Parts: sequence; structure tokens; C-alpha cells
Amino acid sequence: MLGYLTRRLIQSALILLGVSFITFLLLYVLPADPVRQIAGRSATAQTVENIRHQLGLDQPLMVQYWRYLTGLVQGDMGRSYLQKTEVSTLIAARLPASLLLMAGGIACELLIGLTLGIVAAVFRGRPLDQGLMVTSFVAVSAPQFVVGLLLLYVFAVQLGWFPIGGYGTFAHLVLPAVTLGIMGSGWYSRMMRSSMVEVLRQDYIRTARAKGLTRGRVLLRHALPNAILPIIAMIGIDIGIFMGGIVVVESVFGWPGIGQLAWQAIQRVDIPIIMGVTMVSATAIVLGNLLADLITPFIDPRIKLR
Amino acid sequence: MTLAAQTMAAPVQGAAATPLLSVRDLTVSVRDRGVLRPLVEGLSFDLAAGETLAIAGESGSGKSITSLALMGLLPNNVAVTAGQALLDGTDLPRLPEAEMRGLRGAKVAMIFQEPMTSLNPVHRIGTQLIEAIRAHEPVPQRAARAAAIEALRRVRISEPERRMGQYPHELSGGMRQRVMIAMALAMRPALLIADEPTTALDVTVQREVLELLRDLQAETGTAIILITHDMGVVAETADRVVVMKAGQVVESGPVAQIFDAPAQPYTRDLLAAVPRLGAGAERGALLPPEAPVPVARLIDAQVRFDIGANFFGRPTHRVHAVEGVSFDIRPGETFGLVGESGCGKSTIAKALAGLVPHRGLIEVAGKKLSELTAQGRKEICRDVQMVFQDPMAALDPRMTVGEAVAEPLLIHGVGNAEERRDRAADLFQRVGLTPEQMTRYPHEFSGGQRQRICVARALALKPKLIICDESVSALDVSVQARVLALLEELQQEMGVSYLFISHDMAVVENVVDRLAVMYLGQIVEMGTRDQVFGDPRHPYTQRLLDAVPIPDPARRGRAHVRPAGEMPSPIRALGDAPARLALRDVGGGHLVAAAA
Repeated sequence: MLGYLTRRLIQSALILLGVSFITFLLLYVLPADPVRQIAGRSATAQTVENIRHQLGLDQPLMVQYWRYLTGLVQGDMGRSYLQKTEVSTLIAARLPASLLLMAGGIACELLIGLTLGIVAAVFRGRPLDQGLMVTSFVAVSAPQFVVGLLLLYVFAVQLGWFPIGGYGTFAHLVLPAVTLGIMGSGWYSRMMRSSMVEVLRQDYIRTARAKGLTRGRVLLRHALPNAILPIIAMIGIDIGIFMGGIVVVESVFGWPGIGQLAWQAIQRVDIPIIMGVTMVSATAIVLGNLLADLITPFIDPRIKLR
Repeated sequence: MTLAAQTMAAPVQGAAATPLLSVRDLTVSVRDRGVLRPLVEGLSFDLAAGETLAIAGESGSGKSITSLALMGLLPNNVAVTAGQALLDGTDLPRLPEAEMRGLRGAKVAMIFQEPMTSLNPVHRIGTQLIEAIRAHEPVPQRAARAAAIEALRRVRISEPERRMGQYPHELSGGMRQRVMIAMALAMRPALLIADEPTTALDVTVQREVLELLRDLQAETGTAIILITHDMGVVAETADRVVVMKAGQVVESGPVAQIFDAPAQPYTRDLLAAVPRLGAGAERGALLPPEAPVPVARLIDAQVRFDIGANFFGRPTHRVHAVEGVSFDIRPGETFGLVGESGCGKSTIAKALAGLVPHRGLIEVAGKKLSELTAQGRKEICRDVQMVFQDPMAALDPRMTVGEAVAEPLLIHGVGNAEERRDRAADLFQRVGLTPEQMTRYPHEFSGGQRQRICVARALALKPKLIICDESVSALDVSVQARVLALLEELQQEMGVSYLFISHDMAVVENVVDRLAVMYLGQIVEMGTRDQVFGDPRHPYTQRLLDAVPIPDPARRGRAHVRPAGEMPSPIRALGDAPARLALRDVGGGHLVAAAA
């Protein structure tokens, strides 16, 4: 177990190294010039060169990357070009909000998705199942900014049940979390349905029924733990998709998280912030996957981590 | 039908005064696109307490649907449409689900064919047993646990306390079936339905489970409905028999009457098709002589798989699947390889076809497999072909069967399209099908026909050796007999050799010239059919032969060699190779391993 964990952590570090290099390379070849953004339109060629030199952007790619990497392992993510603040400070200030939103989103998509998936599987082939699957298809296809605006209009503007935007209370969280979770809930309901249908066909379900157990017990104690196994691995991968969603949802609802930070940084070619947010997201994805793999043996005794 | 059901109220002869279960004109139908199609029609029988009734029949006879109907576990689109099944006066098919649930597991219990998949993989054995008890009796956890351990003890499982904490995957198939039986009998049900309870088990384990069921029945007085396709099992366990075919009862009566004086032609055919030990006498004289170049030769062949991984990804254990096996297959002979699951017989087949890496010497048609190039490996496929157990899985569902049979020719670039089609048509005729059927798809054929198609495909390249790996095991006995006859006919026509791998000793005795008995990756006995079957020397061979159920009720109750427990694992730590068995010639080339 300890050996497994060590190996996985080493693997994770290598993945993050790769992510950092590819992102760095992409930003380097980007046609947009960060120095122009900092210096402004009226700056002389001399000023531009001075700034470029100050930031070390006149160095070769590998030197710049090496400098960034050595800083990163010491916990230094560099300074924002425009905000003149440590990137780590900026991210630390906004990360809790994003984590909260993400937790809300995941809870939302699992709650909706798994429940509907189980219901659809139990009523498979009947109108309720077909209706749910059409709904889930709509949920998967609807763009998040449309869903967000729609929810805002109905529940905040028209009904006034939730605040229009901002951050602070549980009421603030509901609409952004639902918006973030709705696409995933469509995916999960479809996956859960097919997984559940497959499990309900198994011999051990027939055994459970032959024992005289109630329908509910057969479903929750015997079918669910088996059906959820493939889903858990998906949740780990899903965190990556969430990172994309967070950028959209945070701007629609004015949620002060790292998604907004990243969006602003991209517009202004603030490379240290883009790098910082990318690295934090990548870390979250890698850890999410690791966590999913660590949880699985607790549900499935046949799997042993080695 | 309804009229018949009403007039059947009077007790029927052949059962005790008040039967435990009384089935009258039971009809079970499936709703297929709005039309009701009967799966079981007009089934009637009585069952007294402590009695065993066998429902025997081939696939599609409706025997399993009958058991599910009695349990109230029919699939959604299948329902009892007429007749009744009275258990102590309660009509089971008419019982509301909530009441039926109260009876399931308490008064009527069931065990299934597949012990490997019938237990929930994510729950401990103990949890699953305790749950079965507490579903019917509101006893505290501790009392239920004690009852569960007691139930495990009754099925003679070793270390019942430890088993409670284990998961299904940690137990062997035989042990899992014992757990299933313990679970079914935990509430001491009045009726136990056993649906092919030993079909998936090895023959020695089958013997143990059948004896266990008999002993438990004597203790508890449970009535048993035994559903099986195996007439040997019927002869050894049943008091009365119902023979079914295509949803209808063909014949029913006491077991001795069914076997000694079957009234219906179908029953007679069924019994005649059953392979029997000691029935293959006329083949002995044909033993092919030893040839200078055997079709295949193994000398000290080994197949080992590394498993497990330490921190650096190095293997920690090794599966010794095949250890030092030597034999040769002569031109035109059928060489049998028998043994129980995990003995390495299928691994030898794979090694011979070049599908797994091996050590030692394996020669096919005089060529050493280990020295072949990629091209040579492809060439060797012309000499060795395989026919597998499940013909449906072995045929591509999206390829017409004509294409499937011609494909080996295409791969090896034999002839042009027209010649290949002609050759395939010729093969179809050879295996008893018509060339017109070549444009159809596998699902349009029956199991036996599909296996014929697989045989035709194996013959396409005119191989010297065909490996039949359990090729007839999944077929009904009547179909099995016809496929075996076909194989023998083709051998006489074309002089092909067979490596015939099977767990079924009776089938093997009927088809092989020589055979080897394998145990734990090694050969324990080898010789001609007459030597091994007529004078089995090794204790394991004796045990295997002794365990085969005999389709003759008169020979029931003969003394059996007590089994020697679970087969040890072929997985060993690195560097801990198993001891090699030395084979000794006891006369006429009959080789026997010295008993360890």
C-alpha cells in the first residue's frame, strides 16, 4: 500500500512536470506579447526592451523554463505582470471559493445523476426511463452559459429565490453549483443507468431476490455498490472537465474563484497567472484521480493496490 | 386447457396422500411483441416431503423457466398464464409479491448453476448469509451470526468462522456452491429447487456436492426439485423423473422405470445419446502405429506465468500452468487430455497453437515452435487449428458463416475468390450443412450447427492437427453425439489427428485412442484408452473415474473413494518450483506417476 502510494505520487509528479513544460511551451509560442500589454501602446521600443529584459523574457526558452521550474519546486509561482502581486497569494485568496463551487457542483451532479440513473434502470424500457434519458441528453448538450443565464433569469430575476450573483452564503452557492453540475448529471445518469442495468442482470441479484430480500434492499445493498464502481473512476477524470466549466460559471455568476482569475489573465496575457492556475488545476485533477483509485478497494474487495 | 385444470382436482396416483407441492397444468408464456407464446405448457407433477424429483431435458425444454416460475422470479415479460402450483395449499403463481417474498428463502429456496457469479462479489460470505436469515427472522445480529456459522458447518465447509469474513473471490467454485447451499438451507425450507447445481463444477466436486445434498435431505426432510440435463446425475439422485422437451412433458415416472423401460422414443434417444464409461470398446483395434514424424511432440514442455509485482514492478509469484509435460500425437489418432479446471490442459492447447510462450521442446509437423520466425508461425497455423467450447463466441456475429469458413484461406492466400467459395461450399457439405446456408449469419443457426461451422473452418486449411478444447461440452447430449460422430468420420476420411481436451471422462473414453491425465500442470498417467480406463493405476485417475455419475439407477449407492479435499494452487513463490513427478512404465507403454 505504501509502495503503491509512493509510486503513484512519483508518477503524479512526472505528469505535472509534463503539464508544466507543455503549457510553458504553448505560452512561449503564443503570438500575443505580454510585454506590449504591460508597456502600453505608447511605449518606446527601448522601454519595451527594458521590460522584456527585466522579466527575463529575452532569455532562451529552456533558461526561462528552468528558472520557472526551480521557483515552482520552492513554492514560488512568480509574480503577476500586471497586478504586481505574488501569483501564489492571488490563487490562495481565490482557491477556497473555487473548491467550494466544485464541491457543490460534484455533489449536485452525483445527487441528480445517480438518482435519475438508478430510477431509469429500475423502470428500464418504460416511458419514465425514456423521458429521463431524453432529459439527460438535453442536460448534456446544453451549453453552460445558456443554462446559467436561464437559471439566473427564472430563479433569481423572476422568482427571486436566490441572489443574482456574488459569494458568501449557501443561497449564493445554489445556482452556480446546479449550473456546473447539470451537464455532468446528464452524463452520470446515462452511465449509472447502463451500469445498473448490467448489474441487475447478474446472477447474484437473482440470488439476493431468491433469499427473499425486499426490492429496496436488493437495489441498494446488492446492486448499487457494484454499479457504482465504474462511476468512481469517472469522477476522478471528471475534475478536469470541471475546471473548464468553472471558468464559464464563475464569469456568469461573478463568483470570485480561480476561473475568473484565469479568464482575466488570459485576456491580458498575464503568463505567470495562467501558468499558476494551470498547475493548480492539473494538481487537482491528478489528486482527484489518485483519490478515486484509493477509494475503489474499499468498495470492491477484489481490487488490491500494489 | 382451463377445462383440464378444473377436472384435475382429484389426487393423482404416484405421490403421497397430501403432497407438499402439487403442480397442475402449469403454463408459462412469454409476451413477444404483444403475442403470448408458451414456454412451458400443461406441466403437472406432485412432490412429497423428503422426495427428490428430477426435471430433465435439453436446452429450450423449459426446465429452468419452471423453477423460476415456482420461485416467482420470472423475467418481466414472462408470466404464468394458466394452471396452479400449490405449496401446502398456497398457490404460488397467484401469490402477491409481498407474500411471495416472505416465502422465498424461507419455505422455498433455490440454488443456481453458476457458483462463481451467484454470490455478490462486494459482500462478505458472512454478511450474505446473515442477511438471508434476518430477512425472515427478526433475530439479533449475534444470533443470526451463530446460525450462519451453523449453516456453514452443516455443508461441511472447513473453518466456517474464517469463511464468514472472506469474500466470494477467495473461495473455490466448490466452496462457493457449498455457501449457496448453506444460504438456501439456512431457514430449513420445505422445498429446495436446484437448477443445474453441479453443471459448472468439476466432476469430483460434483460428486461431493451431490452427496452433500443427499445427506442434508436425509437430515432435514427437504423436498428437492433437481433441474438438470445430465442423465447420470438424474440416475444417481432422483426418486422420480419428469422428462421435458420444448416446454412439454414427454414422460414422467419413477427413476427406475424411466431408465429401464422408457415409454417414449424421445426418452429412449436421450438415454442412448448419453456417453457412458465402458461403452467405447469397438475403437481399440484401430490404434495408429508410431510414425517416424509425429504430428506434434512435446518434450519437457513448460508454461509459466509471472504474476504479482513488488515495488519495482518485478513479479513475486509464478503460475506453474504446465510443468515438464511430454507426449506425442501420431498421425490419424485422437489423443485425449483430461483433468479438472486449472490442471493446465487448455494451456497446453494454447502453447501448441503458439499462443503462449513456452520452454522445453514443442514440435508441430517436425518444426520446433520456439525457432519459428513470424512467417513460420503463420505457416504453422496451416497445420494446427482449434475448435473451441462456445461456438457462438468463436464466430464473428457480423460475418456470414461462409465468409468465416473461407477466411483462413484468404489469410493464407489460398486460391482466388471463386476457388475459396467452392472450397467453403465443399466443407459445408462435408460437415452436414448445405452450401445455400453460407450466406447466413451465426445467430441463425443452432448450437450444434454452429459447432459444425467451426469444425468446417478448422478444416479449411487441411490441417494435420485439430485441437478440440472442450468442443462438445456446451452442447446437448443428442447434439454432442452427432458432432462426435462427425469428428470421427472426418478423421477417417482425411486422416487428421485430434488433440481432444475434455473434463468429461465418458466422452473421452468414447473418442480417444490414447490419453494423458493431468493434475496440477503435470501428467500423472498416460497410455492407450484401454490401459487408462481398463486399469487406472494412479489414485487421481481412479478418483476421476469413480466420480463420474453413472446413468443407471441400479448402480446407485456404490462405495466411493473419499475425495482428498481442495486441489492445491499452481501459484508458487519465485524460486519455489514444484517437484517433478517421475513417470514409470507399468507395461505396454502405460505410464504412471509414482504416488506422492
